[in-house]
Amino acid sequence: MDNLKAKAYELRKHVLDIIMAGKGGHIGGDMSVMEILVTLYFDQMNISPENADDPERDLFVLSKGHSVEALYAVLAEKGFFPYEEVLEKFSRFGSPFIGHPNNKLPGIEMNSGSLGHGLPVCVGMALASRMDGKKNRVYVVMGDGELAEGSVWEGAMSGGHYKLDNLCAVVDRNRLQISGSTEDVMSQDDQVERWKSFGWHAISVPGNDIDALHAAFEEAKATKGKPTVIIANTTKGLGSPVMENKANWHHKVPTAEEYEQIMKDLDARKEALLHE
Amino acid sequence: MNKIPNRQAICEVLMEHAKEDRDIVVLCSDSRGSASLAPFASAFPEQFIEVGIAEQDLVSISAGLAKCGKKPFAASPACFLSTRSYEQAKIDVAYSNTNVKLIGISGGVSYGALGMSHHSAQDIAAMSAIPNMRVYLPSDRHQTRKLVEALLEDQKPAYIRVGRNPVEDIYEEDNTPFAMDKATVLREGSDVLIVACGEMVRPAKEAGEALAAEGISATVLDMYCVKPLDAETLLKYAESAKAVIAVEEHSPFGGLGSMVAQQVGANCPKKVVCMSLPDSPVITGNSKEVFDYYGLNAEGIAACAKAAIGK
Repeated sequence: MDNLKAKAYELRKHVLDIIMAGKGGHIGGDMSVMEILVTLYFDQMNISPENADDPERDLFVLSKGHSVEALYAVLAEKGFFPYEEVLEKFSRFGSPFIGHPNNKLPGIEMNSGSLGHGLPVCVGMALASRMDGKKNRVYVVMGDGELAEGSVWEGAMSGGHYKLDNLCAVVDRNRLQISGSTEDVMSQDDQVERWKSFGWHAISVPGNDIDALHAAFEEAKATKGKPTVIIANTTKGLGSPVMENKANWHHKVPTAEEYEQIMKDLDARKEALLHE
Repeated sequence: MNKIPNRQAICEVLMEHAKEDRDIVVLCSDSRGSASLAPFASAFPEQFIEVGIAEQDLVSISAGLAKCGKKPFAASPACFLSTRSYEQAKIDVAYSNTNVKLIGISGGVSYGALGMSHHSAQDIAAMSAIPNMRVYLPSDRHQTRKLVEALLEDQKPAYIRVGRNPVEDIYEEDNTPFAMDKATVLREGSDVLIVACGEMVRPAKEAGEALAAEGISATVLDMYCVKPLDAETLLKYAESAKAVIAVEEHSPFGGLGSMVAQQVGANCPKKVVCMSLPDSPVITGNSKEVFDYYGLNAEGIAACAKAAIGK
């Protein structure tokens, strides 16, 4: 687990370089979601370039598609495509590495970008797996601001109704969206109660803590007869005080000075984790 | 008088194939009765998914099923399916390229007096504007059957609009000429070309017969494949005609008429007249009353054709 914690910081450095190279990116959410993706891809999910077409593979949809830079960094680390290719092509003219997930790229199941689509799509995937008696699991990651979309709750309703215990949703609860605090924009601090009332098993954990995420995913796997949602309480922009908990870092390209400072901070935190 | 609506023909084909093909899945949004799919739900409960009154969920779940190898047919009133879940059709189906067949039932003004909320006079325009979405409006139950059988063979997204009420047969059970994405030529003539889709094919065919009785020879095309439009057949007959009439149960904008005018204008410019519903909520009435009021009947089409060629 310890090397995964350091890996999350190494991949944050990749995210930063991808955003600098492409001159754009949703940096705040990339940083908050990183431990969720690292835990899923390197600890939990049965998915790799070798089994990408295996019908028994685990399925993943990044419903908060704007965090695609984090997904690119993770998929490159998994070997789906070279990291250098992402750096070279992200957001460039004619590139498949666009600013939201594109399923013409290896490792990406569904296109997303508009919020509120991933959960109901994953309900369909989980239903298909159940129909075919497959043992695989289906994972979707949503943002907290995304939960204002009504379609999320249509998916929550059907996931609960069909008791899809092969489905696990994760909410990247970083408490910020473009306009500011989620509680000021559209309050939602009773997420656990909301999901429970839709028939879900709900777990609230420190969302940048890989040990806690691991335990939550294991609890989800052991939960039968209902789907699980993990409210992952994260820090937007995690990795450097330059961008942490700042709503204006939702989508931003750092200046040269900010870049230097963020890299220094990321390196320091990675080093600290390696010597913990 | 035929008593079998096109939606029932869809159910029959799906039931015939679902026995052998366990990947066929039908989804409804509290619409199994209105979609004539209740028999499917009863016969194949393991291959039927109810989502409740939630069209967005309907389409997204279908996309997820398709991603995992299922062959979902999602049926919901065309008015809701083509608007409420438009973005799901755009992103989860067309953009993600999932093998979802969207069945818009009770399309056009089928719901008659229920009003504009229940009419889908914009579905052709909306769905056609989505890249990788195909749009089909079959004219009768026999053609509907052929179309669904063809759609079961491919892996691409499609939107199919059918009406609520039974319509008179155009074709015969054992004589239904059909080629995927090719218009069916109902009659050939050199004076005028009439192109129609869906429920407008019947009056277009009758208009062709009425014109013939008056010595005017018309070509009548059943353009069930609105997108991809069969431009080859269209232009072949438009070339020799003095004018082209397009007839559809749709808004004046972005439907069959717009597409026909686009093709004819670019390739063999001549007069194109688009017969359609108006750009306003339609008058209250059943389908026949509405069609008659707006001249979307054999007499209206024949009169329009004669005026277009100066007769």
